[in-house]
Amino acid sequence: MPRWLRELGPPLLGVVVLILVWALAAALTDTTAIPSPAETWSALRAGIADGSIPEATWKSLLRLAFSFAAALVIGTALGLLLAAFELVRRSVRPLVVALQIIPFVAWVPLAVIWFGVTERAVVFVAIAGSFPSVALATLQGIRQVPPLYIRAGKTLGATGWTLQRDIVFPAAMPAYMTGIQQAWGFAWKALMAGELIVPAVGASGLGHLLDSSQDVAEILAVVGVIAVIGVAVDYLIVGTIDRRVRAKRGLLEPA
Amino acid sequence: MSATTVETRDTPAGGPATPTISVRDLSMTRVRPSGEAVVAFEHLTFEVERGEFVCLIGPSGCGKSSTLSVIAGLEPPTSGEVLVEGEPVAGAGPDRAMLFQEPALFPWLSVRGNLELALKLAGVPASESASRAATWLERMHIESYAERQPHELSAGMRQRAALARALACDPPILLGDEPFGALDALARERLQDLVQGVRVERAERTTFVFATHNVREAVLLADRVLVMSAAPGTLIEEFRIDAARPRTLEDVLVTRVISEIHDLLIPQVEEA
Repeated sequence: MPRWLRELGPPLLGVVVLILVWALAAALTDTTAIPSPAETWSALRAGIADGSIPEATWKSLLRLAFSFAAALVIGTALGLLLAAFELVRRSVRPLVVALQIIPFVAWVPLAVIWFGVTERAVVFVAIAGSFPSVALATLQGIRQVPPLYIRAGKTLGATGWTLQRDIVFPAAMPAYMTGIQQAWGFAWKALMAGELIVPAVGASGLGHLLDSSQDVAEILAVVGVIAVIGVAVDYLIVGTIDRRVRAKRGLLEPA
Repeated sequence: MSATTVETRDTPAGGPATPTISVRDLSMTRVRPSGEAVVAFEHLTFEVERGEFVCLIGPSGCGKSSTLSVIAGLEPPTSGEVLVEGEPVAGAGPDRAMLFQEPALFPWLSVRGNLELALKLAGVPASESASRAATWLERMHIESYAERQPHELSAGMRQRAALARALACDPPILLGDEPFGALDALARERLQDLVQGVRVERAERTTFVFATHNVREAVLLADRVLVMSAAPGTLIEEFRIDAARPRTLEDVLVTRVISEIHDLLIPQVEEA
């Protein structure tokens, strides 16, 4: 069996089964509630043809890139503070955990009150939904650094900032990356929730399409696009970086 | 150490006055997570001369590893002090390189990367670093593994790389916390040979203190073996070994000292 088939075979099989079950469900029920895969496919093609889906996808991806970059900066900085100072950790960590537990949509009313119906409100929801995970991943990564590496680093002459930069941060990378994988997913979900609820200003994103569409097939098509983008970013970008970090350290299970 | 010698800190290298390492009435009490206080070792006093190879030997849990941690500056003692070149130890530093039971190579760097990072941390200029790393990779016969990641190497090769990393920085003192304890017999022998070679060649330049529970290893490597009692560890005996190097287990003197230390340790192990 060629490698691509071994890797992609099972997930493709899952998709085929899903489509079959879906087609069956559509055939057995009122078609306006559950459109068939074929109807959804043509809605998707229409959305792509008239440019609405590509445009919304591009807009959402830009927002994602900006929001997640901001969440990375804020979350990592906060995580470093939590790791560095015990008092900060003990007093602030529970708050960060609480922030992480808040559902994304809960931020939307606040965002609208603070920023109005603006681009900033949507971006705020996405940042608020993901930076706590980044902060906790940073803290976790640093606290899980094997003490042996720190002892070895110290006997090699690493102290203070050098010890952090040359030993602690690289040693923390695998756990950090695991958290990042979770956090970007949160950013994407929160962004969709924000776009869905905050009315479109200027260009609409995929979440806005969900809201503005009246046709169930169109809505499903957009949900499909959101899922595919999620899987693609997860596998191709975040997953690839994570696998590289692990492979280098011998932490990857042999395939 | 002659009591009549006047001690000064400015004694030239090789001078007899200041021992390289001076352990003075060192004790350590650890508190277990249960809150129970356990004496790791107590009232340890010994000195190590420049260029000397000293092995601490004793049953498991006698505190020899903790003693090395204190000399390395990784942990403070409960009481007593350690002087290195006459100065109290106040933390770890590259003047006291350390080998751990696990090789402690950094898994995100290649073998060469590990050596180069160590050289950078020790303050060796970048222009010199590459050639120093290359020299020591060759000396430890691991130059063909230089670009590999540590996890791709066998345990013996990893410990060789750790030895190369430590020695590349030209440390005045090399500490070893049972560095070959986790290796198979062949890899262990090979490393013992390499260390013996380094000891001979570096003569006055590097002082060695190794902890081990392997009597044969201690006698093969050391100029002096300090025997510790079962926990709480104290020094119970000292053996000076003047056998020529490189030593093998067939040497008559080596064999005799091994059996003497064995006889001394067996009741300690029974007690431990």
